[in-house]
Amino acid sequence: MLDLLRFGSDGWGDEIARGAGMTLAVAILAYLIGILAGSGVAAAKLSGPAPVRWLAAAYTTIVRGVPALLVIWLLFFGGSGLIGWVAGLFGYAGPVELSSFAVGVTAVGIVSAAYAAEVIRGAVRAVPKGQLEAARALGMGRFLILRRILVPQALRYALPGLGNVWQMTLKDTTLVSVVSLAELMRQAYLGMQSTRQPFLFYVTAAILYMIMTTCSEALFRALSRRAERGVRRAMTN
Amino acid sequence: MNIDMILSSLPALFAGAWVTVQLVVLSLSLGFLLALAVAFGRLSSNRVISGVTGVYVFLFRSTPLLVQIFLIYYGLGQFAGIRESFLWPVLREAYWCAIIALTLNTAAYTGEIMRGGIQAVPFGQIEAARALGMSRALLYRRIVLPQALRTILPAYGNEMIQMVQATSLASAITLIELTGAARTIASRSFQPVEMFIIAGAIYLAMNFVIAQGVRWAERKTTAAG
Repeated sequence: MLDLLRFGSDGWGDEIARGAGMTLAVAILAYLIGILAGSGVAAAKLSGPAPVRWLAAAYTTIVRGVPALLVIWLLFFGGSGLIGWVAGLFGYAGPVELSSFAVGVTAVGIVSAAYAAEVIRGAVRAVPKGQLEAARALGMGRFLILRRILVPQALRYALPGLGNVWQMTLKDTTLVSVVSLAELMRQAYLGMQSTRQPFLFYVTAAILYMIMTTCSEALFRALSRRAERGVRRAMTN
Repeated sequence: MNIDMILSSLPALFAGAWVTVQLVVLSLSLGFLLALAVAFGRLSSNRVISGVTGVYVFLFRSTPLLVQIFLIYYGLGQFAGIRESFLWPVLREAYWCAIIALTLNTAAYTGEIMRGGIQAVPFGQIEAARALGMSRALLYRRIVLPQALRTILPAYGNEMIQMVQATSLASAITLIELTGAARTIASRSFQPVEMFIIAGAIYLAMNFVIAQGVRWAERKTTAAG
């Protein structure tokens, strides 16, 4: 039975491996969108003018309250229409077709950003005000304060939460298989259909996901330790 | 925008929402009971019991829910032994497979939340109960569990809201719940976006009910003063 997972033309090993690579590509891109857009949304929630603050609050509340699968379907059915409309404003009238990769990365990124925004907002608020006041008293500029004082400290508070957001983003990529993107779940499905060995293919997929989540958890733990290297602890365990 | 079309699709959406509610309520209640067993298993001084429950929690938290659903729905049917067993009438149905997967998944997460809550009960409370001569069962029923459940309320509220969203994955195994209903209508009507917006609003309404319920429970269980 296991020879079905051989690499090459008579086995599914290489297809599954390519699927796992695609899963990682979607997850990493969506996570980057999540961190960047999430930082913007967190900034909007912390110090934007009232209407921007409301928009940001509506965004995080709605996206965190509906299933990620719904966001994927919405983008899949409505995304090309929206982009076509925007393109029309610039005088482009041709048909617009979104690839399932673009839909998947954007949808998972939108969800990731909503959760990341909440984590980042909490972390920024956890930085003591005195730190920022002291920096200002020393005559530091806004950007220097951000780079030297706020981000290094907020990052330490944010890391555990951002680690959770990564795990969630990685698992959400499985949903992109519904729009036929050839990631791990989709390849396992195709393998199951042509060989009638669903258990073998889904257990293989499960093991690969387990490896990904376990390794990335270890990576985030190492990052946390590094970010905390200058912090004294009352209790060590 | 075609109002008639939207109105005519509402019954199908509400029928889907009703399936979603069933999935949420059934898997949350079964999952809560299983989670209690998992929490006690993890805290057990018996190495075998705590080891087995630890492996269970690890397996279900480190893999995506969709894989778990597919493994149960497609994977188990591969074995003739299961197809011929008395379990087959249940495992053949997408509905029950979804409930089994959701239950096992939420029990793993909730079990860890509960373990934290039980461990957070101050040891003095347990010593005092023992000094009063309470039996183990009474000690858990009157002292440990009420305090642990109050501690975990906010975290468990989040888990409940996550579960509402998780039920949407049942649409991947042909179950027409809320997301599945919206998608089915969207693919044959010219109002796909409107369908998903209505479905999203129904999900938000469900979350709102849960959040209010949790807030009410928190008020009820906060010790006065």
